[in-house]
Amino acid sequence: MIVDIENLSVDYSGIKALDNLSFGIDEGDFLGIIGPNGAGKSTLFRCMLGLHTEYDGTIKFFDQDIRDSRKYLSQVGFVPQKPVVDRNFPATIREVISMSQNSNDSKKVEEALQKVWMHELADRRIGDLSVGQQQRVFIAKALVNSPKILVLDEPVTGIDVYNKDLFFQILSELNTREKISIIWSSHDLDAVERVANKVACLNKTLFFHGISKEFFSDEEMLKKYSETSMQMHMHHH
Amino acid sequence: MTFEAVTYESIPHALISGIAISILCSAVGLFLVLRKFSLFGDALAHSAFGGVAFGLFIGIYPLWIACGVAILSALGLTTIRQKFDISSDAIVAILLATGLGAGVILVSMSDDLDLHDIEEFLFGSAIINTQSVIEILGLSGGILAILFFTYKKLLYSTFSEEQAKAAGIPVDKMSYLLIAMAGVTVIISMQLVGVLLISALFVLPNVSAMLYARSFKQTMFLSMSFAISATVSGIIISYQFDIAQSGCIVLVAAAIFVGSLIVKSAGLVKTAGIIAKTR
Repeated sequence: MIVDIENLSVDYSGIKALDNLSFGIDEGDFLGIIGPNGAGKSTLFRCMLGLHTEYDGTIKFFDQDIRDSRKYLSQVGFVPQKPVVDRNFPATIREVISMSQNSNDSKKVEEALQKVWMHELADRRIGDLSVGQQQRVFIAKALVNSPKILVLDEPVTGIDVYNKDLFFQILSELNTREKISIIWSSHDLDAVERVANKVACLNKTLFFHGISKEFFSDEEMLKKYSETSMQMHMHHH
Repeated sequence: MTFEAVTYESIPHALISGIAISILCSAVGLFLVLRKFSLFGDALAHSAFGGVAFGLFIGIYPLWIACGVAILSALGLTTIRQKFDISSDAIVAILLATGLGAGVILVSMSDDLDLHDIEEFLFGSAIINTQSVIEILGLSGGILAILFFTYKKLLYSTFSEEQAKAAGIPVDKMSYLLIAMAGVTVIISMQLVGVLLISALFVLPNVSAMLYARSFKQTMFLSMSFAISATVSGIIISYQFDIAQSGCIVLVAAAIFVGSLIVKSAGLVKTAGIIAKTR
């Protein structure tokens, strides 16, 4: 187990954002975390990445409590919900990728660019790209330090179908070829069913964690999920 | 009020220190501009003015007092901003007004204060002595060295605080470091352009460079070139026409900015820049 979360609870001024969450992530997992808006997906990620430190319970990465050391972050790549890029920020794609690099190895930057098929645009300004392209750059940025885990917080919100498919194709390749474990939050059930091999259902508390196929073939579970304010998505499904 | 123009004898000192200050202000200013903190240099300078007045009041070399006051008040207000979630522009306004207010009170309380000294700090001095030149070069070199070794982390935390934090970069420490460097830069630059015109050197060359440059490195080098051109031309114009040096430097920097806008508007440069936002 590379990530182990036990009894995680988060309280925002008396309101529970996460309630006694426990689950683990194994090496090679492609875990889709699903849940409605406000289910606590982003809060969970913020805790895992050390951005929110006021929580009860324990989060361990590689068998070490993240409260004890932040070194684990060098093995974790993070792709944010929606890239907030100032259109005028004067940095090329290559510069954006290398700014997160621990070393000065330009080969790694080129490799990361190629993995997301952005090498031909490397000298363009980051603000000139579409949101979908920017998200690919952020994957490359997350890949440049050869992480063991990629954390993606609803990464395809507002991205067109073509770029969405490309995005999932890249993620699947990273998972199968590079053996990078992926933790990805989404409220797009179709996409999760298509690409994730494991699913965690979250609505402040965890009510399913396991094999993706088991979840999507379990009528009872889907019904239970739809009852927790996901009617719209379930109808679509 | 008397303004000083550059004299023939003072040109070498003014040029050497002016070039060092231009490079420094461009480098530090670029991070401030990108963090939407353009007026922070101005606010630091005004709080430093309070320190200058205090130094003159108690009879201690005012620049060092000013340096301490500017850095401490900036760091204090940054901490308050982070803890109480106050917006950056409000912090700038508080720093600016409080520093000037304290300075004005101290000046009014001093009967034997030489107003010429105050004018020098407000509007800059054309005559910079050898010791000051050595100090300016030493401090500029020191800050540029720190920037060289930390620029990747500073750039990342400027680009996205959240992502930088998630990558394990000590974002808060980087902010404090930048503010401390900006504080020292302001003190160094006050001698050349004065409290009231300091933000021009932080902002104008950088905004002009952002109109042309595509990459961060290009922006920084172009901005440094603009700042050096403005400073050297300003000093020469000041000498030729016997007019105030600080004003000349700022107006040349402003002319470069206006020229850049015209070049950009005429479509002569295709690189995306800040003008694109208004379209």
